[in-house]
Amino acid sequence: MKSCLIVDDSKVIRMVARKILHELNFSTQEAEDGQQALDLCRKQMPDAVLLDWNMPIMNGIDFLRGLRKLPGGDHPVVVFCTTENDIDHIQEAITAGANEYIMKPFDSEILQAKFSQVGLL
Amino acid sequence: MRAEDFDLIAKILKERSGLIVTADKSYLLESRLTPVARRRGMKGLDDLLGSLRAASEDLLREITEAMTTNESFFFRDIKPFELFRTAALPQMLQARAAKKSFRIWSAACSSGQEAYSLAMILKEEAARLAGWKIEIVGTDISAEMLEKAKAGLYSQFEVQRGLPIQLLVKYFKKNNEMWQIDPSIRAMVQYRDFNLLGDPKSLGQFDIVFCRNVLIYFDQPTKARVLDAISRNMPDDGLLYLGGAETVLGISDRFRPVPDQRGVYAVNRGGNGAPAAGVASLFSGGR
Repeated sequence: MKSCLIVDDSKVIRMVARKILHELNFSTQEAEDGQQALDLCRKQMPDAVLLDWNMPIMNGIDFLRGLRKLPGGDHPVVVFCTTENDIDHIQEAITAGANEYIMKPFDSEILQAKFSQVGLL
Repeated sequence: MRAEDFDLIAKILKERSGLIVTADKSYLLESRLTPVARRRGMKGLDDLLGSLRAASEDLLREITEAMTTNESFFFRDIKPFELFRTAALPQMLQARAAKKSFRIWSAACSSGQEAYSLAMILKEEAARLAGWKIEIVGTDISAEMLEKAKAGLYSQFEVQRGLPIQLLVKYFKKNNEMWQIDPSIRAMVQYRDFNLLGDPKSLGQFDIVFCRNVLIYFDQPTKARVLDAISRNMPDDGLLYLGGAETVLGISDRFRPVPDQRGVYAVNRGGNGAPAAGVASLFSGGR
């Protein structure tokens, strides 16, 4: 079973994502901000990260840059999942090492399509 | 819905598009045709069906379009597009090295995602294709879908189903809440109005044909007839791509499966595949 870390400050989004990911046979962990997520990754690298952009304490892009510098930090497949939907943000995410990018609102079909595109399914 | 109304609409749809509507799919009539009825100032489906016997050509066309419009997404199922890039493309580059051109048909292209997916693959391979002329032709029965395909304008939802983010960034521009495909990709595809039940001869010969998730809506004799017509429009080394739930086996001996390439079929001129009893032979007289 593959593991996915869900990083989002919205409880509702985390719940929706968790439900979809369990249906896709992932084990999940959750973090409310980038710092919490980074701490979890230091303990154990997940196979995938579903990552919000705008969060308190540490945002998604800073988390991603931090993650990629950690030992083994190139392992997780990182899929952004954010309301930011302009080319500049997407480009910045790719440059920072994101593997895919979901523009909210999303549904299980989009999440599934993106996850299979990056080889997680 | 009265039984004779159902029979009549089913007959009209089959004759005009090949679409088979069975009683268990009658909810599709309700969901697809109610908007058509409303646009015509009618109360609902029953009024529309009641008016069928005196319906104008215009209305019949609108009904057919509404029933045959199907969803489409970029790089649908991924695998066929990978096979196109890794197997069909090298094969064509070798086989057509002398004339440096070949043609691809996206049959029943709907809103153009399949044709544009192929165009993006070719664009990504531009270095190897310098000096080549590769035509992509998308055809559909629906004028509305063809307009949408030509416009190349997709919703945020549509560009997230199957399109890798790198390709979105590279080949699309954001236009308010929509995404506009790059003119260079747009220019690689021509769109033509064509009903798969018709004779494709006027479209010219195609080396590679994508005809995916269309045959599932036809009955066996119609599938055989369409496959036969497609094969006559292809060279001996042509390749046909069908949808994941479709096959030629037991339907037509005009094609044979390509080993290890799921969903890909090669033109079969020998007729030594196993023709489906009765079905294929019905149509072999037309050659």
